[in-house]
This record gives sequence, structure tokens and C-alpha cells, in this order.
Amino acid sequence: MPADGSTERKTPSTSNAPPLSNALKRNDGTPLQVDWFESAQVNTSAAERRAATLSTRRTVKKEYQAAWLIKAVTLMDLTTLAGDDTPARVHRLCMKARRPFREDLVEALGLQANPPKVGAVCVYPTMVAPAVKALEGSGIPVASVATGFPAGLTPLKQRLEEIHYAVGEGAHEIDIVITRAHVLNADWQALYDEVAAMREACGEAHLKAILATGDLKTLRNVYKASMVAMQAGADFIKTSTGKEDVNATLPVSLVMCRAIRDYEALTGFKIGFKPAGGLKTAKDAMSWLILMKEELGNAWLEPDLFRIGASSLLADIERQIEHFVTGRYSSTIRHALA
Amino acid sequence: MALVKDILVSMDYGPAPEVNEPVVGWLDQHKDGFNHFIDGKFVAPSEGKRFPVFNPAYETELAQVAQGNAADVDKAVKAARKAFKSWSALTGHDRAVYLYAIARHIQKRERFLSVLETMDNGKPIRETRDIDIPLVARHFYHHAGWAELIESEFPGEGPVGVCGQIIPWNFPLLMLAWKIAPALAAGNTVVLKPAEYTPLTALAFAEICREVGLPAGVVNIVTGDGVTGNAIVEHPDVDKIAFTGSTEVGRIIREKTAGSGKKLSLELGGKSPFIIFEDADLDGAVEGVVDAIWFNQGQVCCAGSRLLVQEGVAEAVYAKLRTRMANLRVGDPLDKSIDMGAIVDPVQLKRIKELVAKGEAEGATLFQVNKGLPAKGCFFPPSLFTNVAPASTIAEVEIFGPVLVGMTFRTPDEAVAIANNSRFGLAASVWSENVNVTLDIAAKLKAGVVWINSTNMFDAASGFGGYRESGFGREGGREGMAEYLKPVTDKPLKADEKVAAKLSPLPVADDEISGLPSIDRTAKLYVGGKQARPDSGYSYTVLGPKGQPISQAGLGNRKDIRNAVEAAGKAGSWGGATAHNRAQVLYYVAENLSSRAKEFEARIVAMTGVSAKAAAEEVAVSIRRTFWYAAQADKFDGAVHATKSRHVTLAMNEAFGNMGILCPDEAPLLGFVSLVMPAIAMGNRVIVVPSSSHPLAATDFYQILDTSDVPAGVVNIVTGERDALAKTLAEHDDVAALWYFGSKAGSALVEKASAGNLKPVWANQGIPRRWTEASAQGREFLRRATQVKNIWVPYGE
Repeated sequence: MPADGSTERKTPSTSNAPPLSNALKRNDGTPLQVDWFESAQVNTSAAERRAATLSTRRTVKKEYQAAWLIKAVTLMDLTTLAGDDTPARVHRLCMKARRPFREDLVEALGLQANPPKVGAVCVYPTMVAPAVKALEGSGIPVASVATGFPAGLTPLKQRLEEIHYAVGEGAHEIDIVITRAHVLNADWQALYDEVAAMREACGEAHLKAILATGDLKTLRNVYKASMVAMQAGADFIKTSTGKEDVNATLPVSLVMCRAIRDYEALTGFKIGFKPAGGLKTAKDAMSWLILMKEELGNAWLEPDLFRIGASSLLADIERQIEHFVTGRYSSTIRHALA
Repeated sequence: MALVKDILVSMDYGPAPEVNEPVVGWLDQHKDGFNHFIDGKFVAPSEGKRFPVFNPAYETELAQVAQGNAADVDKAVKAARKAFKSWSALTGHDRAVYLYAIARHIQKRERFLSVLETMDNGKPIRETRDIDIPLVARHFYHHAGWAELIESEFPGEGPVGVCGQIIPWNFPLLMLAWKIAPALAAGNTVVLKPAEYTPLTALAFAEICREVGLPAGVVNIVTGDGVTGNAIVEHPDVDKIAFTGSTEVGRIIREKTAGSGKKLSLELGGKSPFIIFEDADLDGAVEGVVDAIWFNQGQVCCAGSRLLVQEGVAEAVYAKLRTRMANLRVGDPLDKSIDMGAIVDPVQLKRIKELVAKGEAEGATLFQVNKGLPAKGCFFPPSLFTNVAPASTIAEVEIFGPVLVGMTFRTPDEAVAIANNSRFGLAASVWSENVNVTLDIAAKLKAGVVWINSTNMFDAASGFGGYRESGFGREGGREGMAEYLKPVTDKPLKADEKVAAKLSPLPVADDEISGLPSIDRTAKLYVGGKQARPDSGYSYTVLGPKGQPISQAGLGNRKDIRNAVEAAGKAGSWGGATAHNRAQVLYYVAENLSSRAKEFEARIVAMTGVSAKAAAEEVAVSIRRTFWYAAQADKFDGAVHATKSRHVTLAMNEAFGNMGILCPDEAPLLGFVSLVMPAIAMGNRVIVVPSSSHPLAATDFYQILDTSDVPAGVVNIVTGERDALAKTLAEHDDVAALWYFGSKAGSALVEKASAGNLKPVWANQGIPRRWTEASAQGREFLRRATQVKNIWVPYGE
């Protein structure tokens, strides 16, 4: 419950909700366990070395590469988070989410029986309703950022209210932002309470905790914040809002994946991961897929445990897919705008 | 072709083969067999014999390669000798232009060389492409720089001459680069023998030499096996041998080159510790282990093969390792998604299997991941032994395969004790987030390279090489250049070929009995800060310039040497004292020597018959020289090498510990001072054998030591027969380095006897020095009194 207990609750609308999770047991969270992370060590150069060689140790070619890129699209939270978003703009994005690839390409890949669609569409709270409408019947969930995104410095009451609003509008997933100050001041209790309250406010909707790692600066902070968010019940941990100076990087993602692995070993719960901001090319997508497969395993190559927050990435993947199909290098004008 | 919809479910990596048609085409061009590369031409083996070279991953023959014999080697040495004259006469800049061109051409052929190396050696294409070949190019670029700077950075030094170089099969082209680049930069010419398993990239390199127009004879490549290598080692016109390979063969080479005057550098085996403290980033450390022991199938001389984990985190680390091992992909090395390729040869595979079986038989617990191992080819799975103790065979011997042995420790002291409990001393890796711990351990480890929170880092600007039986000499950086340079001397003196007379314990008959003697002064041995009678109970008579008896000196024997080494070993705190403190002690020695100058002058005249003026000069230079080394004590600094960004690579000059010093007969005081002072200034403890014929300046000297605050055991003096005592010192496993200034025969004797623990020996080959001249003092003495430890400290938050 929110601290003041006064929030007016709307019943979350789940009429249009696709199954969010297959056989996974949802994270119950744990009491705050500072001893799970207070002595955690992360050596920055070692993490950077591992991150730098992940994609040099693995190469995926030809039909495998095509399949992996299609997979990346199915894991994508196709996103628009701009001040000039309008319902019509969101509608356009949702149409692309439903049909990210040209039909001839889908046929050439032999996927017409089950054409690929994106993992989710991610928008601001006031854009949830148009998105839900545009995606009706598609099975594509709508994710909403909330809690004073991107800085998260509005009063807690308003932030929780924003979650209720977004859920009430039909969002299936809520991408919350944490108060960075709690991490920078090592006030783990405050961070835990905040995320736990948000999780409660989400109800059935899944909570993705944005750590804004670019603001946390050190990889140890990233690890600790990841652990607290998971203990507080986050369903996903997410790197960035896309608005920090530095967004998703491989070393940060590596550390978050290791935190997920440790949390699973301690609790049995599998937590999802979402890098966001900075993944712009097909090559980036491949690097993150390799990271997930190597560090966490194939279970984290499915949308219930891995999402890629991106907007421009899709266009690059489309061109790569067309190149695979035709053997010719493609142009963006041949693919529908998102 | 796999269906996209199926791959979407399996999410397998799929095959990612590196194209190898260009290499196959090249091999096809040479299907009649490869030749040696001698004097700028490809020359058929003189006996017409060739041997097959295999791809260990497919067990297919790649090529037939020339088997070199002594005649081929001789031809190559003659070509190198001929080329040396003009090559060494080139300006540094001109040589730099050639080395730069080689570096460029290697980059232009990088993929060809990577693929060829992978096919020949069996290592993954990821490694040859991302590590081996880029490092090869980097090494030639770096040394193009040294060539350019040779006159200004190494004044008074010149090339050694013709260098015979024998390299191993684990990093074939990289080891070639480590050998050839510094040799050529310094103005030497080379005869290189690649390993018989992996000669192909060296032959491709020969083509590059032709392509860049390298003058004929500067680089000669003779292929073959141990017979060929032996012919290089034994060739009388080779001035230097550089060898990388097993400690066993290194020892043979040390023995064979003894007394030949050949300069020698050896880079040998290792059993390097990989130490994980409880406050380490354990996930980072686990990735470090992957790079330490499953890099190049563990066939790495500096592989972190002994895992030492602090007890409290041992199970956690083992568990993480087992999980990580399950993700290692073993298979076709030409596949770009492979972590571990093939073992180089069935012979090596057999050795690995035997040692692993021995480990199991001795009760260690083996964990292996066998999934996906190809049915055919020389493959061995990543392996982890736990429940291992230092007494286990697998903890002691170098396996040279992907086999890690895990042990635990309780405290930092114990980690150091276990880590240093090895006859090897090549490398070490230390993991802790506490900078105090890491630097303390790095300082205490006996290893030529220490990687903190990292492993297997290499760069041309950093020296690489071992302590103890891992060899001597460094490759890379300024310290590596020293191996291919020697001081240029204007007019060297002739070698002393005479055999030293045996010392007799019997009294010398003297006709003239002259009245009342002065009060007898007994020259004793000086061990552990105390005067000591010789164990033998015998003395020998010291004769004056006209053969007249002037005194007696103790006839030291092997037990006196043993005692002196033990006393030196107990004076370890000398090396830990500040350099300032050591300087103060040396200044004090000079001060006391100065106050007793007349006495020493008289003694020199009495012993040698030189003029009073010459004796006065000898004493004066001795005092000045002691000052000079006192001054150097806190100034012979190491360096911070410019390697990778956000890395401090510290090159620290460390004392050896116990050093043996055999003093020359010429200049009995100054010879002693010139050798002892640099050694102790750097923190060594010394066991000194003074001139056998004129020992009294040295035995007088212990009174100076007594009055100058020189701690007990830092200088130990044993008089007696130089060569007999030298042999005992050379054989002593607790003596870490040896300087010998005596006869040619004695030089050969100590070099041969040093093969036991492969201590570095500096022997004068019987050539006397002009001790009063400036050439008998300098940085060379300090360099020879130290070994360089390179400590890699990556940083970043």
C-alpha cells in the first residue's frame, strides 16, 4: 500500500491483456536483505573486458543471424517517449508494432504462419489509451512509463497515482524510475520501500524498475540497486530511461545480468532484464542477445524475461533482414516508418 | 539449411566458419614441399628430407616442410654473418623503415596469417584474429620505434651479432615477432627455427621479408626438429641464443652453450598461480580464469594453472567455474564461435591425458564438461581439479593443457607461501578489490609478471620473462632490448686462457727466517657478520709479487659456501630496507674505507707489487665507486610502461636475493668493490669469493663492513680456490644469480653448473677488465643485479 493509503484505486483493466508470462512464477520479492549485496564487488575493468569480448567470442551468421534478428524484434519494446507524441503518432507506431516486417520478407523467411510482432509498445501514461486501442486484438501488451519519468522526483503520492492511472488506462506493464538519491546515499530501505509501494500499485501489471544506471555511475551501485529492486518485487530490471547521458551499455548490462543470476540462486525467481537507450543497430541487438544467452541462458531470450527498449533499432534490423532475403543492401525508404 | 522458425525456438549459434580458401590455395602452391629461407632465397634442404605438418583439428596433412641439418644451419649462419656487417652499419632510422614495413605488411596479411596459424596450431580463429596477429604487428611497430631510437636511447651499446632463435609452437608467429623484432631493431641478424609442429606462419613471414625487400641474410628461417635446433645452439659462429620452450630443453641449452661466450636468454615453463581473495569480484575472477587456463587450450607458458582461492569463497568460486565451463564451446578452431580449439599434436594430448590420469589416481576430484567435443581431432575438454594439495603431481608440474588445479588458502601469507612454493616463477594473477592486498601480494610473489585483477595481458612495451627456473632475460619493452645489445668496447683485453693453479694447504718453504715477526694477523672467512675459521681447518699461503709468502688465508670449501648462503638467506630484511638506508650504509663504507686508505694501499702494493701511485688510485676509485653505487641505490628506478589505456604497468627492478660473486685477480680491492657494491646497493645479499691469489684486501675489508653498519649476512666472504667454490655456488639452488670474473675455463664451468636451477650467470669468459676505467662501473652492473618484475594494474571505476 502507498504510504498515505489515500490513493484512489481504479480497478486495473485487463480486458485486453495478453498473457504476460508463460510458466514463470512471478517474483514475490523478499524482505530487504542488505547482506545479499552490501559486500558485492564489481571490478570495472574486468567487467569491461568481459563485455568487450562477448561479441567477439560468438558470431551468428546467415539464416541463424536472420532468425536472431527476428527474435530481437519480438523482444522489442517499441518506444516513443517524446514531448510531441500524439494519439495519431502512437497509432502509427502501433501499426508498425503489429506488422514490423513487409509481408514479402515474412514469407521469404517462412514465418507467415506466425508472423513476428514486437514484444510491447512503450509510451507515456496519457498515450496508453490510444495505444491499447490501436493494439486491440494483437496480443501486444502496452507498457507505460510512470512515476515522474524520467527524473522520478515528483512526490511519491503523485508517482503512485500515476501508476494507478496508467494501469487504469489499460497498461499491462509499468516502467517505473527509481529515486537515484536513495542509491547515491545508500539508503536501501528507502529504495526498497519505494519500489515495493510501486509494485503494489501496479497490481497485476508487471513492474519494470528503471535504475537509470547512467546516473548511478559505479557498477557496484548498479549491482546493489538491482538487488534491492528485485527484493522489492520488480518483475524486470531496466537500465535506463533513454534520457540519461549514458544509457544501456554492455558492462552495466553484464552486471545486472549477474545480479539476476544471483537473485535466482538465492530465491528461485527469474527476473527479466531490459536494456534501453543506445541500442540502435542490428549489431547492438546481437551483442545483447549473446550477453543474455551466455550469462543467463536461453530462457532469457523470450519476451517474458528479456526486452529491448528501442525506437530506431527496428529500421536497421529491417534492412538487414531484406539483405538476407535478397542479397542486396537495402534502404530505409523500402520499409514502413514506425 | 536450418529453418528460421526452428532457429527461433532453439536459438542456437549455428556454424560460423572462417573462410580458408586463400590459405588452402597458398598451401596448394607449395604442395611440392616448403624450403628453408636462407640468404633471401627459398633453399631446398641439403639432404632433401622433409617432414609432414598437420592440422590437429582435422588430423589432415597440411604441408611437407624442410628438415634442416647442420649443413643447412651453417649456410644460414654464414648468410647471417655476411648480412650482419651491412645491416648493423645501417642507421637506426633505416632499420626502422624496414621494421615499419614488416609491421604494415603483417597488417595487410592479417586474416591470411590468422587463418594459417589456426590451421597449423589448432587454436581458435578468435584468438589468432583478435590476439596473436594484432600483437605481432604491434611488436614490429614498437620495435621499429626502438630501431629509430637506438643511437639516442642506448649510447655505447651495439648489436650482439648473429642470433640463433628457437621458438615454440603455442604462439608461433607471435614468438617469432618477440624474437626477430628486437634482434633486428638492435642491428643483429638472425637464424630462426620455428617449432616442428607449427612452422608455416614463419614461412609466410619469410615471404613478407622478401616482399618488403629486407636485405638478404638478415632473417634466415631453417625448419626442422630438435636436431636442427641443436645445430643452431652448437654453431660456433652464433653470438646469442634466444630460446622459448620447455625448462628441460632450456637446461640442455644452458649446458651446451656454457663457455661458448654466447649470450643467452631463456623463456621457459611455468605453473603460475591465480590467486582469488574473498573480497575479489568473483564473477570477474571467473572470467579471468577462463582467460588464464582455457585460452589457447591452456598451452600457454604463463597460464594461470594453479588456482588458489581463499577458503571462505572456495566453494562459491568452484560452483561459478563449473557453471561457466558448461558454456565453453570446444570444437573446430576455424569456427568463429569456438572458445577452445585443438591441442597442437597427439603427443601433447597424450601427455595431458597421462597427467590428468595421474591427478585422479592421486585422489584429486576431476570436473570436466565433455559436451560437444568433436569425435575426431586432438581435443581435450576444459578440466578443473579440486581437492588438490601442493604435494600433488598436478600441482607441481606444468601440464600445458586446459587443466586447472584448485587449492585453497586461509591468509594472505599462506597464499604467498603456496604461490611461491614452486621452482617456476613466470607469472601470477592476483584478484582482490583491496589495493593494499593486491600490491602487497604482487611485491611478495616470485614472478616476472604479475597481473592484478586481470590475466594474460601482453604488450610490446612491457617486458615479459621469468624468475627462477622459468628462465632469464626479458622480451618486450626497454628491458627486452637489453638482450640484443652489448657494450661496445674499443679494445677488449685478451682472454685469460690459463688454468688456475691449485692452492696448497701446505706451508711454503722459505729460506730466509727473519727475526721476530709482527703480531700475526689471521685472515679468516666472514660469514653472517662474524669471522669464521674455514670448515676444512686448512689455510693456504698467500704469495707476494716475487713469490714470497706474505700471509695465510682460509681454504674455504663447499661447507663454508653452504654456511655463507644460509647466512645470506637470513639477511632478507636488507632487501626490504629503504633504498635510502642502503645508500647510507654504502656511504658509510666509503667513509671508513677512506679513513683507512693508506692501509689498503700498502696491502695492495704488498700483494701485487704495483706502484704506490697505482695502489692509491685503486683505493681512490674504490671509494668513488662505492659513492656512485650509494648514490644509485635510490635512483635505479623502474618504469611505468605505456601499454594499454587505463593500465599502470609497473616495471620494478627487484633484487635477486642471494647472489654469488667471484672476484677477479686483477685489482684485488677494486674488483671486489666494483662487484659487491652494485649488488648490495640493489638489495641483494652476496657470497663473495675474493681473488684467490690476492685475497687480503677483501679479508681486510670485513673490518670496514663491521664498522659501517652493514647488517650481518649481507656480505659474506669465503676465500679459497675460486673455481672450486664457484662450482658449488653455481650449483647451489638457493643462489639466485651468479657473477663470475675469472678464467675462460671457469666461465664454462659455472655456466654449465648453473643449469640446475637456471640462475642467470654473468661470466667474463676469461676476459679481464680495466677496473679503474669508467666502463667497469655503470647501469649494466645494476641491471645485472636486478630482475624486472612487470606488474599490470588496470584501473577504472
